[in-house]
Amino acid sequence: MKLVIAIIKPFKLDDVRDALSDIGIRGMTVTEVKGFGRQKGHTELYRGAEYAVDFLPKIKLEVAVEQQMLDRVVEAITSAAKTDKIGDGKLFILSLEQVIRIRTGETDEDAL
Amino acid sequence: MMVRTTHKFKAVRSSLLCVVAALLSVMNTAMAQDGSQLDSGDTAWMLTSTALVLFMTIPGLSLFYAGMVRSKNALSVMMQCFAITCLMTLLWFVYGYSLAFDEGGQWIGGFGKLFMKGITVDSLSGTIPETVFSTFQMTFAIITPALIVGAFAERMRFSAMLLFMGMWFTLVYAPIAHWVWGGGWLGEMGVLDFAGGTVVHINAGIAGLVACIMLGKRKGYPGTAMPPHSLVLTLVGAAMLWVGWFGFNAGSELAADGVAGMAMIVTQIATAAAAMTWVFMEWRAHGKPSALGIASGAVGGLVAVTPASGFVGPMGALFIGITAGICCYLASVKLKRAFGYDDSLDVFGVHGVGGIVGAILTGVFVDSTFGGAGLAEGVSMGSQVFKQLVGVVVTVVYGVVLSFVLLKIADAVFGLRVDIDEETEGLDIVSHDERSYNI
Repeated sequence: MKLVIAIIKPFKLDDVRDALSDIGIRGMTVTEVKGFGRQKGHTELYRGAEYAVDFLPKIKLEVAVEQQMLDRVVEAITSAAKTDKIGDGKLFILSLEQVIRIRTGETDEDAL
Repeated sequence: MMVRTTHKFKAVRSSLLCVVAALLSVMNTAMAQDGSQLDSGDTAWMLTSTALVLFMTIPGLSLFYAGMVRSKNALSVMMQCFAITCLMTLLWFVYGYSLAFDEGGQWIGGFGKLFMKGITVDSLSGTIPETVFSTFQMTFAIITPALIVGAFAERMRFSAMLLFMGMWFTLVYAPIAHWVWGGGWLGEMGVLDFAGGTVVHINAGIAGLVACIMLGKRKGYPGTAMPPHSLVLTLVGAAMLWVGWFGFNAGSELAADGVAGMAMIVTQIATAAAAMTWVFMEWRAHGKPSALGIASGAVGGLVAVTPASGFVGPMGALFIGITAGICCYLASVKLKRAFGYDDSLDVFGVHGVGGIVGAILTGVFVDSTFGGAGLAEGVSMGSQVFKQLVGVVVTVVYGVVLSFVLLKIADAVFGLRVDIDEETEGLDIVSHDERSYNI
C-alpha cells in the first residue's frame, strides 16, 4: 500500500476529487496548507507598505491506495491538477505499513 | 427674537433664520424663554443626524480600524472606541457640554450647565430642543478622541489610553470646541469651520501624531509585515463612515434647510473625488487600484470637506476632494515613510492632513466666484485664508503641547505602552483576556 500526498492549487481541489472518485477512490483527507516552491510568493501593498508574502495557500490531499491502483491515482491527480503554470504542486509517495478501520477493526486493503 | 451666537451659524445665516423663525412663530405654539420656537422639521432632522454621527464611531470607525490591524489586536481597537464612547458621554454630561457651550468667556464656557443643569423638555437651542443640540454635539466629542486610537493602535495600554482620553477631552477638545463653535475667540475672529475640520479632524490628527511618536514604533515596524487582517471589515466601516457623515456635515447646519442640502451634496462630491484621486495615484504608482486605497481616499475627502460643507458649492467640493486625495495619499504613503514615525492607521495622514487641506481651501472656495456661500462683508479671500491658517496653527500648536504633556502624565501614572512580549502576544489577550476570533 502507498500513501499519496499531493500538494495542489486550491481551485483544483474539486477537479482532483472528481477524478479520484471516477477511478474508484472512496476516501481522502484534505488540509489547507501554506508553502512555497519554485513559484515563490507574491507582494502585497497596503497604503504604500509593500510586503513579500512567501507562503502561498495550497491544498494538501492525502490518499491511501492499494499498490495496483497507484499509477492510476497518480495519473488522475496529475492530469486534473495540471495548469502548465508554475505552482501546480507536487506529489509525494510513501510506503504505507498498516491501515486499520476504527469501526470494524478491518486491516490493510480491507480497510481502504 | 434672537438666535444664540453660541452655535456654528454664520452671522448672516443667523439673521436669515430669525426672519424665517419669526414668520413661523405665528403658527407655532411651543415658545421658549428667549422667544425662539421649536421647528419639528429641524428637530426631526437633528434627531436623525445625531444617530448618524454616533453610527460613525460605533460601528463605523470601530470596524474601519479593526479591519486594518492584525487579528490579535482587532478586539482591542473596537473596545477602545466603545469605551471612549461611554467615557465621553459621561464627561459630556458632567461638564463637557457646559465647558464647550455654556455662556462663558473667549477661552472656555461656563459652569452653568454642569450635569445638564436646567435642560428640560422645554429648553430650546435655536429651533431644536437643547437636549438634541447637546446630544448632537456629544457625538462629535465622542468621535474626535476615538479617531486618535488609530495612531497608537496595537501597542497602547488600555488604562493609559482611558486616562489620556479623559484629560485630552477636558483640556483640548472642550476648549477648542468652545473657541470655534461655543462663542470663543476663533469663531469671533471669523474662522470658518462648518462641521469640525479644525475642532475634530486636525485636532485628532495632531494628537495622533504626537501619540504615535511618543509611544514609539510597533515592534518590528517597518520591517515586519503587518497587513490588515480583514479589509472587508475596513470597507464596511468606511462605508458606514461615509453614510454617517451626512449627519456630521448636513446636520451641522442644525436645521433641515437648503444649506443642509448643499452640505450633503458637496460632501458626496468631495468624497467621491478624493477616493478616485487616491486610487488613480496608487494605480499609476504601483500598477493596481486597491480597496484600502479607495476607502482611505474616501475618508480623506470626507475629512477635507467637513469644514467647508456649509460654505462651498459643488465645484469647490470637487477641487477640495481632488486636493485632499492627492495630499492624504502623499502624507500616508510617502511622508510617513520619509520621517519614519509609526502612525499605525494614518490618523495624521488622513485626518490631520485632510483637515488642514480642508480648512485652508474653505477660505478659498467659500468665495461666491467659486459658487460658495460668499465671504463675510468686507473680508477678502486672502484675509479669510489667513484666518483659516490662524485656526490651523493655533490648533496644531495647542494640540502638540497639550497632547505631549497629557501623554507624559499618563505615562507616569500607568505607562503608555504594553510590554514588548505582550505586544507580540496581541492586545486582545493581554488587555482583555479575550480573542477576536475563536475559530
